[in-house]
Order: sequence, then structure tokens, then C-alpha cells
Amino acid sequence: MRPWIRKNSLSGPKLRSEMDAHEASVLRSLVASVLGMLEDRAGQAPQDDLAQLTGLRTGNATPPDNPAVRRLLPDFHRPDQDSAQHADDESADLNGAMRSLHEPDIIDAKLAAGAMILRTVPETGGRVVLTPEQAESWLYALNDVRLALGATLDIDDDTPEVLDDDDPRAPHLDVYHWLTWVQDSLVQALQP
Amino acid sequence: MAGQAVPAEAEQVQETESVDRPWVTVVWDDPVNLMHYVTFIFQKLFGYSKAKATELMLEVHNEGKAVVSSGSRDKMEHDVQRLHAAGLWATMQRDE
Repeated sequence: MRPWIRKNSLSGPKLRSEMDAHEASVLRSLVASVLGMLEDRAGQAPQDDLAQLTGLRTGNATPPDNPAVRRLLPDFHRPDQDSAQHADDESADLNGAMRSLHEPDIIDAKLAAGAMILRTVPETGGRVVLTPEQAESWLYALNDVRLALGATLDIDDDTPEVLDDDDPRAPHLDVYHWLTWVQDSLVQALQP
Repeated sequence: MAGQAVPAEAEQVQETESVDRPWVTVVWDDPVNLMHYVTFIFQKLFGYSKAKATELMLEVHNEGKAVVSSGSRDKMEHDVQRLHAAGLWATMQRDE
């Protein structure tokens, strides 16, 4: 894949790159996988009869079990870091309330960003031309894929660049590093 | 009871207790999020200058966390939601 470049066109600024068929396939597959996890999670939310009447949806109130989904949908409050907090059950209430109120919208935003990548990645590779708005969606969705991969691979500050060939995580880490490069290149091209 | 006025002192104490202490939004360091991306998000979501956004990003990176906004609880909820949608790890708490 080429580094992203920003070019002016008659229809406004564009972000351009080129990816081969394999890269396009890997990216589509990863994005689809993250969207699938988020859709499953949305489907687990309690059914709310009032939702249709009030327009307010109720989301899940407890954190996801899956580490990747949990990183995509974190808590709103950290009781261990809040010296003003008086009781742990107060925090659980706050987290439950915030999560059920806001998780549906957060999931929707992530689904929309991922859908944008799926719409704009050429099926069998080739040129990619994005408007700045589309590029932003790419940034959010690429970030979500990297977060999901990072959680699954248990990536932290001590994770090496390259793992041993016989480490089953090695090919996944290579993909993660590639996505890191794609996202970094895009954000720098979008906003130098 | 009819005719009994509330002492002025008690009234004032009630008033102070009913004023909300402000809330803050904290962004936490995370091994996945890119420095350029975090800076971009701070500019985009809060309208900070590149310099201010970079400063906050570096604080997150070096200190492990940074307060990125403050205000009413409602506003912090909204800020945390937007940060989560962008993939940053943010939480809200009362200002110390």
C-alpha cells in the first residue's frame, strides 16, 4: 500500500492511496469482523417496549465479556481513580446508567465508520480516493480494528515489533503493525 | 409551623450544598492509540489548537492521563461518549 497523499481536485481535497488485492481482502475481513462483534453486542441489549414511543434506547448495563469488545466499549467511570467516590456500588450504578444510556449511540457510530471502509475499499484492490469526511471515518474504523486486535493479542508497551516465526500470534502482529502504518499515514495526510 | 421563619444561616448552607461541584473528563494512556491520532481527536472534538492538543496528548502519554475538559455532568457524559466513539479511553469524575 502507498502512503496516503492529499491532493486537490476539482471536487475538493482528496486523500489518495493504492492497495493490492490481498491488502483489500484483509482489511475488509477485519472490519467485517469488528462490525459483527458490535452488532452481536447491540443484539444483546435488553428489549425495551418504551423505546419506540420515547425514542430512547436502553443499551446493555454491564461491560462486555469479550476483551476486544470491552476495549471498544469501555466504562465511563473508574472508581479506583476517583478520590471523590464514596462507595463502589455508587460507581457501579453510574457505570451501568451511563452504559445503558450511551452504548447504543457509540455502537452506531462505530458501525457507520466501519461501513464506510467497506463501501470505499476496492473489492479486488486498486486506487482508493477519499473525501476528508470519508478519511475521518477510515481513521475511526481503523482505530477500532487496531483496538480489537490489540486487545486480542494483549498488546502493551513491551510488545516487540516482531514475534518469533513459530509464535502463532506473529502473522496477526504483522497485520496490526501494517494497520498502524496505514492509520498514521492517513491522519498525517489529513491534518499535517 | 406557621409564622416561623427559616434562620438566614441555614438557608445559606442549603444553597451551597445544592451547587454541583464541576465534573472533569480524563483521557487515559493506552498502548494502541497513536500520538498523531490522539492529537487529531482533541482538535476535532474540542476545537483545541494544534499546540494545545499536542500538549494534552503528551500529558496523556507521559503522565498516563490528562484532564481534557471540565463542566457540568451532562457535558462530561457527552464528551466521554464522543471520545469512546473515537476509540480513546476516557472517564468522567468530580473535580478534586
